[in-house]
Amino acid sequence: MSLLRVEKMTHYFGGLRAVHNYELAIEPGQVRGLIGPNGAGKTTIFNLITGIYQPTEGKIMLDGTELNGRAPHVIASLGIGRTFQNMLLWRHMTVLEHVKMARYSKLTYGLAGAFFGTARRYQQEAESEEIALRLLKMMGVEQVADQIVLNLPYGAQRRVEMARALAMEPKVLFLDEPTAGMNPEELLQMMDIIRQIHGELGMAIFLIEHRMRVVMELCQKIQTLVFGEVIAEGTPEEIQNNPKVIDAYLGKEVVQ
Amino acid sequence: MEATSEKLSIDKKQLLSGLRVAASRIPLLAWFLGGLVAVALEQFIGNPFARGIGLPKVPVLFGFVIMLKKPFLIPSAVLYVVLIYLLPVAVVARLTAASMNRLAAKLLDLKMFLSVILHLLLFYAVLHIWAEMSDYRVLVLKLMLIAVMLTLSLNIINGYMGEFSCSHPGFMALGAYSASVFTVWLFADDRLFGPALLPPAIGPFLFPIALLVGGLVAAVGALAVAVPSFRTRGDYLAIISLAFMFIVKSLIENLEVVGGPRGLGNQPDWANLPVVFATTAICIWIINNFVRSTMGKALNAVRDNEMAADAMTVDTRKTKILAFLFGAFWAGVAGGLFAHVLRYVNPGTFGIQKLAEVLAMVYFGGLNSVYGSIVGACGISLLGEALRPLELYKWIIIPLLLILVMIFRPTGLIAFKEFDVKKLVQPKKMAD
Repeated sequence: MSLLRVEKMTHYFGGLRAVHNYELAIEPGQVRGLIGPNGAGKTTIFNLITGIYQPTEGKIMLDGTELNGRAPHVIASLGIGRTFQNMLLWRHMTVLEHVKMARYSKLTYGLAGAFFGTARRYQQEAESEEIALRLLKMMGVEQVADQIVLNLPYGAQRRVEMARALAMEPKVLFLDEPTAGMNPEELLQMMDIIRQIHGELGMAIFLIEHRMRVVMELCQKIQTLVFGEVIAEGTPEEIQNNPKVIDAYLGKEVVQ
Repeated sequence: MEATSEKLSIDKKQLLSGLRVAASRIPLLAWFLGGLVAVALEQFIGNPFARGIGLPKVPVLFGFVIMLKKPFLIPSAVLYVVLIYLLPVAVVARLTAASMNRLAAKLLDLKMFLSVILHLLLFYAVLHIWAEMSDYRVLVLKLMLIAVMLTLSLNIINGYMGEFSCSHPGFMALGAYSASVFTVWLFADDRLFGPALLPPAIGPFLFPIALLVGGLVAAVGALAVAVPSFRTRGDYLAIISLAFMFIVKSLIENLEVVGGPRGLGNQPDWANLPVVFATTAICIWIINNFVRSTMGKALNAVRDNEMAADAMTVDTRKTKILAFLFGAFWAGVAGGLFAHVLRYVNPGTFGIQKLAEVLAMVYFGGLNSVYGSIVGACGISLLGEALRPLELYKWIIIPLLLILVMIFRPTGLIAFKEFDVKKLVQPKKMAD
């Protein structure tokens, strides 16, 4: 059975059909890609699965649990971690606090622990700090753990956001354009990091990307979305040679 | 000429930085010891000394009031403050720094809890002896400590959570009235509530319960604001909470059971200095514990970006409501204490002026910071008392000061700083 399964998902914004009959099945440990021109509805699909929008129709299942109608934080704690296209970071918090925050649903010390500082709280906080530092090390940003995140360079911020998503210990990791705005060098580093996450943690990854090179090299299976509909699905080679995809990206050849 | 003034300013700079380095090596214990010596000195020779240098009596608030009332006494007042307070504190702190550093290190090794208790006891002793000189000092100190609690509890909502709530005087009124009703009804012979139901002797032991009742009633009131208004954000919460404040005020004004607009008096005199001090210390401890935990940090995450907080498994709605209730609870406790310090409350106290006062303390001291709240509350209350002789002009100077703070430090004097108790009580490193 697939880890994450989406069946016949459709979503309307008022009269606008943003997503139509979208189907998805992610297997454990798979890296999937979602490509498409601007405004095709890629981020909308992410927002629908993570509960920020409720789909008009369709069913979303994660590991046997239905996700429809659940609040975003519940869906997140059930095992969907994500990063955002425009990096949603907390401007007054340090790097370490960012990553520790994603352990929120794993903490069980409750209000008594928060108010009175019980032994259990210090033990759990120390535990999550250890996990956070390990993830920051994996991302290569452990030396800036005590800095305010907005003071970091762009590439480092992306890594912090990634570490934060990993700290939730998700079953599937959603990455919304992880290489947006990066120079070629940073791009290569980011690709290495994604490979490392996949290799070391064996995590399933669902990736939105604009740069063909990233998707083609990383993903095992790719979907192409145009105006809310999947026009092609397959391996990187199949997608590259699919005439519909070429049309969508480059436009039809007009014969005079 | 220019060269000499330049040289002078360099000397001054060196002196200042030298002082700062020297001060940074003195542990808190030594400062408290210095304070203890200073207040003891005042206790013994304060009055004769003050008269000797031409002051009518011991200056109650570090000479500010005297200076403003009778400008020709300024030199004497300054002399008094320097000789009785500054010099003894500096000398004792400097002399005992080394031994106190060793003691602090030993205490910290033993148990941090013990160290904190010792610090608090010493601090309380200083305050107690200082306040013993006059009833006015006791009252100022009590109101200042209550203002600290109030400011801190509002900072949870306006600073840590980043919402703009205006209902704090309302919560305070709920706490003040319910705690008062509890104590007056049970332990006092009163015109409104009849004779005491329980022997007044056990009253002081049940006083914490009265405060707890006040806090809980305020928290229930907060729930009434939170549930409808947290569907919206920003301006709407400000308006709803402002409305809540007025509703509470006019509700109490129309409740003849608790005295209506005439107010409620006859509260037993249980809120003495140690009680107020202990409650404030507990309040700071619990709030600081909360805001430093991941659950408290979740407030910052919700404030800075709610969508990201949601995506990182934070239950944003629960977090917000909880923080709101928590803030209201402490406002209620502060209100209960306030009622028992003044031993009289009336609904007029909890109006827009109180709101302006608390908001000023929060924004003056600094958002998102326990230090800031303490500094803001003490600063504004002391300033208010010190500038009292200026009468009307006081209300020009304090707002002007606030405007200056907002221009040069938009988030307040000490914003976004963690209050680390361990750093406070640990020994300071010696000369290297």
